[in-house]
Amino acid sequence: MTNTTISVHLDINGRHHDLALEPRVTLLDALRDRLGLTGTKKGCDHGQCGACTVHVDGERVLACLTLAAQVEGRAVTTIEGLAREGETHPVQAAFLEQDAFQCGYCTPGQIMSAVACIREGHAGSDEEIREYMAGNLCRCGAYPHIVSAVRQAAQEAAS
Amino acid sequence: MKDFSYIRAATADAARQAAALPGAMLLAGGTTLIDLAKCGVAKPDSLIDITHLNGLDRIEVDERGATIGALAKMSHVADHAGIKSQFPAISEALWQAASAQIRNMATIGGNLMQRTRCPYFRDPANFPACNKRNPGSGCSAIGGVTRGHAVLGTSEACIATYPGDLAAALVAFDAMIHLGERRISVDAFFLLPGSTPDREHAMEPGEMITAIEIPASATARRSTYVKIRDRQSYEFAAASAAVGIEFEPDGRTIRDLRVALGGVATKPWRARAVEDALKGKVLEPEAIRAASLLAVEGAVDHGANRYKIELAPRVVARAILKLGETT
Repeated sequence: MTNTTISVHLDINGRHHDLALEPRVTLLDALRDRLGLTGTKKGCDHGQCGACTVHVDGERVLACLTLAAQVEGRAVTTIEGLAREGETHPVQAAFLEQDAFQCGYCTPGQIMSAVACIREGHAGSDEEIREYMAGNLCRCGAYPHIVSAVRQAAQEAAS
Repeated sequence: MKDFSYIRAATADAARQAAALPGAMLLAGGTTLIDLAKCGVAKPDSLIDITHLNGLDRIEVDERGATIGALAKMSHVADHAGIKSQFPAISEALWQAASAQIRNMATIGGNLMQRTRCPYFRDPANFPACNKRNPGSGCSAIGGVTRGHAVLGTSEACIATYPGDLAAALVAFDAMIHLGERRISVDAFFLLPGSTPDREHAMEPGEMITAIEIPASATARRSTYVKIRDRQSYEFAAASAAVGIEFEPDGRTIRDLRVALGGVATKPWRARAVEDALKGKVLEPEAIRAASLLAVEGAVDHGANRYKIELAPRVVARAILKLGETT
């Protein structure tokens, strides 16, 4: 198989990008290496850690197991697209207030996952938050503060 | 990951035909396939993307049962009101599987087609011998670290566990897989490894899963999925049980019972011996625990997976007793 590229049109954070990519390029690699959107992190690259969580058509997915070509015509949101006019997103603010990270590497994925978790209605209790945030690992073990941040943001969203 | 060509299918028929060509594979959610391509296990020449096809993601539930399109996402099925009320074990098996992100990607058809998590199967660079990957090359798991391997349905060629949760729930309730016009039971769809562990499904080239059909039943309405694992969430089953129960009008005599196991067998495992032993009996903890031992009749361990033979019947008993409590 030769390294033939295909033309891929991506909609990232409301902006259109035309890229020439090998078909095997994942959304994660396209974001980081081609578009300079390095907020989305590469952790395990095998769908086991959640560091690469982004939203496709509003739903949280893993960019490392998604081919860039597959999301043509879909709206992709990354951590860079969360803030509105310079204002941190309420979930970002809650992570800051609750000190919900240590090294910060998993944090963009945690926040993207948390935004979706709250929107899905799966942040009703600490137990539910832990279950529905289980796809995001934190090697520093900041889980108690992450749960606090998601709970706070969920309560703010409901009020 | 070696490169491949990418083809976005315009119709289901075009997808089936394109995928029948040598080296071609269907791509749905990609949560297994892209992972295995990175592991060097899947080496497709071309991927046929079916995620842009319309109309294959419908979920319909009526008094006769449920029909779930092959491209319905795991998360959407798990949260569907009709599935939750008429088939609670299906919903529970789905939301206890994988992570929220993966459930938003993975489709129902792809979920059934997921490959084993056998670490030897997934690591061709370090373990060239694998009869599933490379027929006739041997089995690296036998004599290796077997904690996650199957104790039921194994052969001398392969002891890899079928990892899925949904399929265990489907086989308990006599679900049918639609391969276009052809229909096949979930039980018949999955093959025992025998001497050909590379052949996992009774599907022919040019066939594609288009839908799953689950007949309505009293057992499905009163059902649950109990999953025991090494960590609380986001983990494959050490042992799991899909159970459904129907009582006589007295509320304690078992009229019908469905039991299937996950995490312990080479395919989704219906435990009919447990069902037969308990039909007509009164729900009583000692009798349930004794009959549940029949779930692992014929089990063979390979050392580190011996615990599954003790664990699986306890999971079955726990699931049956849990349903008995919810009168």
